[in-house]
Amino acid sequence: MINAIYGKKLGCTQIFNEKGDALYVTAIEAEQCVVVQVKDEKKDGYNALKIGFGSIKDKKASKPHKGEFDKNKVELKKYLREIRVDKFDSEYKPGDNLDLKVFKIGDKVKITGNNKGKGFAGVIKRHGFQRGRMSHGSHSHRIPGSVGMCSTPSRIAKGKKMPGRMGNKQVTIRGSEIVDIIEDQNLILVKGSVPGAKGSFVLLRKV
Amino acid sequence: MNKLDKIESKYIKTDIPEFKAGDKVRVKIRISEENKDRIQVFEGIVIRIKGTGINKTFTVRKISFNNIGVERTFLINSPVIQSIEKVGDGIVRRAKLYYLRDKVGKKSKVRFK
Repeated sequence: MINAIYGKKLGCTQIFNEKGDALYVTAIEAEQCVVVQVKDEKKDGYNALKIGFGSIKDKKASKPHKGEFDKNKVELKKYLREIRVDKFDSEYKPGDNLDLKVFKIGDKVKITGNNKGKGFAGVIKRHGFQRGRMSHGSHSHRIPGSVGMCSTPSRIAKGKKMPGRMGNKQVTIRGSEIVDIIEDQNLILVKGSVPGAKGSFVLLRKV
Repeated sequence: MNKLDKIESKYIKTDIPEFKAGDKVRVKIRISEENKDRIQVFEGIVIRIKGTGINKTFTVRKISFNNIGVERTFLINSPVIQSIEKVGDGIVRRAKLYYLRDKVGKKSKVRFK
């Protein structure tokens, strides 16, 4: 069995537990995940399940994308992802669905998703640098300051923290607790926040 | 109704009496101490109702011993609240009665219908 599922982040809300505590939860709608291909170590060099999820119109999909599904006679899906498994899983065949039932209330999960893009950000926001004085004659407000030495070495050290694109990177949070599972609506409620914007895709894996 | 509202709707109470700022209410709160549950009553004037849906809260102010004002804020849909009883119908002109905090004596009172 594979302890993972892809889902869509719906947003955050609040619920109460039986003790009466108000819990901040994120609702994740589990997608219908179809096994497209089972990869075998002997044949493909590693063990993995190729999974398709999300809906797409037939004419919008590219031919190579469609070919992946047609080859294995699986219904066309928008996204293709691979999940590595430890040993060859003969339990799954192309066309099988991943089941939400592998998760139970109280389970700890790892959640992977792309966080929100912040655009071109300065060093204070991006790397947590300190800012200079805003007044008293100071002109050094939010600038990065010195970035290196003089004519030796006359270059900037590799990996120097500088302004640039921030966010929209893959982030994994670990140890999030499942508070509730609403099976008839395919919803999972996870305690706390989850990376990404509303409507973005996340991968849930059991720790 | 979107999907998030649907999740919340399970927790939203329908049996709460209607009350507004200025009303006197008696709130019964469940307090659990090591395998024992008891009910505590907090009675006072509602000075604020804030938020909507599952985030709706209200604040009750009472004058305790030695004229010390005590305020408690509750989530209206919290299962900790066993019951809310409206005791008096207050006559006030504001939705938020923060001015009561600065008043002493007779002026700190609210007239009732």
